[in-house]
Amino acid sequence: MSNAMIEARDLSKSYGPVHALKDVSFEVSRGEVLGFLGPNGAGKTTTMKILTCFIAPSGGTAKINGADVFDDPMGVRRSIGYLPESTPLYTEMLVLEYLQFVAKMRGYTGTDARKRIKKAVEQTSLEDVIAKEIRALSKGYRQRVGLAQALVHEPPVLILDEPMSGLDPNQAAEIRELIKEIGRERTVILSTHDLGEVQVTCDRVLIISKGTLVADDTPEELRERSGKASYRLVVAEDAQGDEARVRDLLGKVKGVDRVRARATEAKGELIFAVTPSGSSDIRRDLFQAAVDGKFALLGLEKKAEGLDAIFRDLTTGDAGVPSKPTKTKAAASAEDKKAEARAKKAARDAAKAEADEDEEKDS
Amino acid sequence: MNNLTTIAGRQFRSYFNGPIAYIVICVFLLVLGFLFWQTFFLQERATAREMFNYFSLINYFTLPAVTMGLLAEEKRTGTIELLITMPVSDAQVILGKFLGVLGLYLVMMLLTLPYVFSIASLGDLDWGPVFSGYFGLLLQGMALIGIGLMCSSFTDNQLIAFFAALAISIFFFLVDKFLPLMPRELHGILGFVSMDLHLDLLRRGVIAVRDALFFLSVTALTVLVAFRALESRRWS
Repeated sequence: MSNAMIEARDLSKSYGPVHALKDVSFEVSRGEVLGFLGPNGAGKTTTMKILTCFIAPSGGTAKINGADVFDDPMGVRRSIGYLPESTPLYTEMLVLEYLQFVAKMRGYTGTDARKRIKKAVEQTSLEDVIAKEIRALSKGYRQRVGLAQALVHEPPVLILDEPMSGLDPNQAAEIRELIKEIGRERTVILSTHDLGEVQVTCDRVLIISKGTLVADDTPEELRERSGKASYRLVVAEDAQGDEARVRDLLGKVKGVDRVRARATEAKGELIFAVTPSGSSDIRRDLFQAAVDGKFALLGLEKKAEGLDAIFRDLTTGDAGVPSKPTKTKAAASAEDKKAEARAKKAARDAAKAEADEDEEKDS
Repeated sequence: MNNLTTIAGRQFRSYFNGPIAYIVICVFLLVLGFLFWQTFFLQERATAREMFNYFSLINYFTLPAVTMGLLAEEKRTGTIELLITMPVSDAQVILGKFLGVLGLYLVMMLLTLPYVFSIASLGDLDWGPVFSGYFGLLLQGMALIGIGLMCSSFTDNQLIAFFAALAISIFFFLVDKFLPLMPRELHGILGFVSMDLHLDLLRRGVIAVRDALFFLSVTALTVLVAFRALESRRWS
């Protein structure tokens, strides 16, 4: 608990009658790179805006590096480096001028500021463009300037909203390397809607849909889940149903590769996820293990959810929901257009995913 | 305090980094010079009163223009998010912006000093009304910047901010011109909110608390509303 750099507890945010976020809780430990995955409009950006104290949650609270977003917003802001979506920068400024401004805002002056700027510039390989106006830079370089400004004060926590969107594959690869490097010493949260992205960059993945968390896994676990079927067992917790004992017994069943205990949803229940080594159905064997081991089996189901399938469900489910209808009037029309484009893209993605799956079936 | 000056400094420099400051100052000096010198020699009196008069008139148009982007543009591009998530308070952001524009306005005021010295070289200039005149311009400028800042805090569209600020500013300018058409009971209050009547006294060399208080109240009120508007993003 004390190791958690970020602690979000029951975060909720509603815009009028629309719930953008519902009871989202998670923790991120020191040195972890967390991927925040979800379709556009699922609540990723809202969560990040809350964590950075840009907006306040309607319910729940969050702590960053021990500082609470309500009680100590300045402490939170000092602990984070933030790169908002689409990298907003003062484009009329020179890169160096901008970084000097950021350093000054963070309270550094003189040689200290110079050293910090130099370090951030080296980390993000901005040396060549330092004397250029930001407006003249390519998207990739702008992204680096955005990262550099988030690194000047060497924050323990970095929050990056869609750092890879809009970059060509080469630029994206460079930024990805950079984030990996940064993530060695720091806690990083990055949001994305790109599945592949998460698998190479992140230690852990949160999937969010329509404002609620639907998955909290490592990329490996996600990949496993997407490959094979898995089994979910609900076991009554009692003398016979001791967690370690049941896990042991289940592990001995023929055809079982791995058994993991899952977070419990109800009291007196244990939940296990069983990954089979083969593709044959082992439900019968699992049931027999319960009979032999004398623990009460409350539920047993076979799941064949692929990651793509999960994600597609989220994406298509989201497309039908009109996004945030209660905005300021001035922003409303722009927002509508965005939502429309978003919905179209979601539909396209879904169609593509479906086509991919069909191909898989055929072969 | 430190962050306040950093924000103000950035805002001030941003005008000079782009063409905005140069265009505004150029147009301002051209128009002011034309209006003022055109009639100056007809009067055959060494007074700067007419200059202050024209200056304050131009302010109703230029200040909404230089303030329209203050928050609207930052909201449109999203830079406001980076600014606010640095360790600064909303009040520092608002006051910093205010001081940044005020800096530009002071430059405009300084650039009119050559006029004053020219007049002084042509005749015996009474310096009292010059000081009170500049004091009046400073007060009026602060009030108009406050109005512009407030309008800019309501929207992310610069044009809307500009016309809203222009409308409010023009109201403060025109309100006394329509006094004869208004019911007598309203004369007191409408006369009091007229910027022009307050300025007229200052131009004559009369510095009264009443006039200063009027401009300072408008400034304080509008800056406060802008602050509240910025803050409201957290809860909306």
